[in-house]
Amino acid sequence: MMTTGMRALDALLDLQRAISASRGSGWFGSTTTGHGTFPPVNVFRQGDDFVLVAELPGVEKEGLDVQIKGRRVRIKGTKKVEFAEGDSVHRRERRSGTFDRALVIPADIDGDEAKAEYRDGVLALHLPRSDADRPRSIQIS
Amino acid sequence: MATKQEIEVQNKQEVATAQEATRSARYYVPYTDIHETDEALSIAMEVPGVAKDGVAVTLEKDILKVAGQVDFSNYEGLEPIYTEYEVGHFQRSFSLSNKIDQGAISARVENGVLHLNLPKTREAAPRRISVQ
Repeated sequence: MMTTGMRALDALLDLQRAISASRGSGWFGSTTTGHGTFPPVNVFRQGDDFVLVAELPGVEKEGLDVQIKGRRVRIKGTKKVEFAEGDSVHRRERRSGTFDRALVIPADIDGDEAKAEYRDGVLALHLPRSDADRPRSIQIS
Repeated sequence: MATKQEIEVQNKQEVATAQEATRSARYYVPYTDIHETDEALSIAMEVPGVAKDGVAVTLEKDILKVAGQVDFSNYEGLEPIYTEYEVGHFQRSFSLSNKIDQGAISARVENGVLHLNLPKTREAAPRRISVQ
């Protein structure tokens, strides 16, 4: 039992290191996509496909609008932070407002097969690569 | 100005602990709002990726400790290629100046936000002082 626990912790640290190492990598290349816009995103490779993840704590599913057109992904919505009137405030760190971010994926995406999942304040977009863009093995004769 | 305010990106801060952590994974500080009414302290913490059973809240000697565990199994088989934010468990503590009725603390997690309601004990409720 001990070893599995240790291995899980190692796996977590490995993931954290891999995420840090890919910070602001050149993957988006010469597309117009840039960082510094809300929400920050992490992009992962899953086989031939891509998974785009964004943290949107406090955003309701109904307040979230995700669009895909060609290689362009748009994530827009409203993040609300509500207070009861008459409360006195000790600390206010959470941000609220609207967001509308566009990203251009540097690969052909099959928009019809894309899926969006929103759970516990985390949005995960599954972006399958289009068949035309999928790498294929070449027979060597 | 327009009422539609765009959200600025907040960079996650890693937890700085005085003592050496026994676990090597990285923890982050959740952004928190704290409000007070006559009856209670109400706390809202942003803990994206933390489900209901990943939350641990303890109150000992007026120190409130909150920990949120992210379910990392969702990341299995994913290889990062471009990242803009760090991922990790959340942890934060506050020393409370009010006396809290420990048995009446309630918590709920909604869309990645942990809401805590900490009712004050009766002797801690404010008295209005009349000005002569």
